[in-house]
Amino acid sequence: MGVIKSMKHEDFKDNESLDQMMLENQGIFFSTIDKLVNWGRSNSIWPLTFATSCCGIEMMAAGAARHDFSRFGMEVYRASPRQADVIVVAGTIVNKMAPVLKRLYDQMADPKYVIAMGACAISGGPFYYNTYHVVKGVEHVIPVDVYIPGCPPRPEALLYGFLQLQRKMKTESLKNGYIKKNAEDYDVNVSK
Amino acid sequence: MEGVLPINQVVSEVEQQEYIINMGPQHPSTHGVLRFLLSLKGEVVQYVQPHCGYIHRGIEKMTEKITYPQIIHLTDRLDYLSAHMNNEAVSLCVENALQIEVPERVKYIRTIMAELSRLASHQLWWAAFGMDLGALTTFFYGLRDREYILDIFEQTTGSRLTQSYNCPGGLMNDIHPDFQKKVKEFIKNFRKVLPEYNQLLTGNVIFHERTKGIGLLSKEDAISFGVTGPSGRGSGFSCDLRKSHPYSAYDKVDFKEILYTEGDTFARYQVRMDEMLESMNIIEQLIDNIPEGDYALKMKAIIKLPEGEYYQRVESARGEFGVHIISDGNKNPYRVKFRSPNFSNLSAIDSMARGFKIADLVAISGSLDLVIPDLDK
Repeated sequence: MGVIKSMKHEDFKDNESLDQMMLENQGIFFSTIDKLVNWGRSNSIWPLTFATSCCGIEMMAAGAARHDFSRFGMEVYRASPRQADVIVVAGTIVNKMAPVLKRLYDQMADPKYVIAMGACAISGGPFYYNTYHVVKGVEHVIPVDVYIPGCPPRPEALLYGFLQLQRKMKTESLKNGYIKKNAEDYDVNVSK
Repeated sequence: MEGVLPINQVVSEVEQQEYIINMGPQHPSTHGVLRFLLSLKGEVVQYVQPHCGYIHRGIEKMTEKITYPQIIHLTDRLDYLSAHMNNEAVSLCVENALQIEVPERVKYIRTIMAELSRLASHQLWWAAFGMDLGALTTFFYGLRDREYILDIFEQTTGSRLTQSYNCPGGLMNDIHPDFQKKVKEFIKNFRKVLPEYNQLLTGNVIFHERTKGIGLLSKEDAISFGVTGPSGRGSGFSCDLRKSHPYSAYDKVDFKEILYTEGDTFARYQVRMDEMLESMNIIEQLIDNIPEGDYALKMKAIIKLPEGEYYQRVESARGEFGVHIISDGNKNPYRVKFRSPNFSNLSAIDSMARGFKIADLVAISGSLDLVIPDLDK
């Protein structure tokens, strides 16, 4: 089918939800402007340097010489959340860290995105059972756009996740103002 | 211009004020989620108060509910840059408690794997340390060469980072047929690359200014804080367990313990650079002599340790990693305590950073090579 010209459907999985998003967001007046704006937005995603554990090393490897994700426009790691577009939650989030993560997310400027990288960020991973301290899935704290499974995921998997996020950004429209999630619905205390 | 203070007086008043700032938990130079509470006078650090627990995952408590072979999957994730050494400590501890001797082949492969992960860890440290001080090039050089080691790991163990290769009684699987060839190729290549590292950073004047005489740690302090590994050896504290208490195949190889007595950041840097050479020497001595035999002993399906307390320590890439198992005779341990090298190394940071500038604190914490999940357990 190939709705997004540069990123064809057959190269990716999970196309149904993308088509659904496309249908919800399509407008008449803005479509050409949308294409231009989304082209610019999706090719300059700046991630936040936020790594808590093992996945952070794979995130560094993805940014380094062999995998080099600056090919896709994510080269500039930002240390300040105010300058970042996407927060890659790379590693375990424990109860003490959850309020900090929420605050970092709140400090980012809209439109903002979240990638949950690795088993810990998705569900608590190896620390799901018999623990008293681990947030069982980062979606209890902040809304997540893309999940990348693995413990830790390979850098290629992170790249695939970033490309999926790019496709998601390309379906969005200016008419919604890019804001679809209500961050206030997420309560830090929901961790069990 | 009455009422306006001269600029000298304003500066001196600001310098006399003491103010407290927060560094972390999200900070690019703390290498994870460590938080420092700093008291500053002007730019000079008065004291540093580290706050831990932002990645406390309760691994020690989790081990009480799982069996001994399962523990290695958690120790992988303690200090993920020296996963082999952590697993080796657990495996050796269980093997000592059961009083079994693993085949020679296992000992050789364990030693080679441990040295390879030490190399990979030091390369990553070099990459990140240069980046902390503003030399972005080191990041690409260090991680470029690290990928070759990860290729070797992946071929044999199936994983890049959390390998879970050592297990009680031996190894999970035999080495790949290409293992020896690939390791030799890598060492041949890396012997040419290491001088490049030195050209890039070691002789750099700016780098010398940033590291020489910064973050002094005396030998007495290093011993009393329990600073081990390359950080302790930079202060002249002879603490290499591979030399003093040899385990696996370290008694069969000839290598020297790197010691520097200056105790500053540059000495700790030099220890690690020289250790990379020594690691390559160790691997070269072993790689052609791996004996034939089984890669693992046949263990019982459920391992039960006899009642008692067991302790085993190994030299990980950051220092002395110890495992203390208390067993009550069941298939689960009664209590497990990990002696993580990073926690002791961090305790010295207050006495090292006092009196230096806040920018030097970044260099000091970088030279300690902290891995925060290991620190918080």
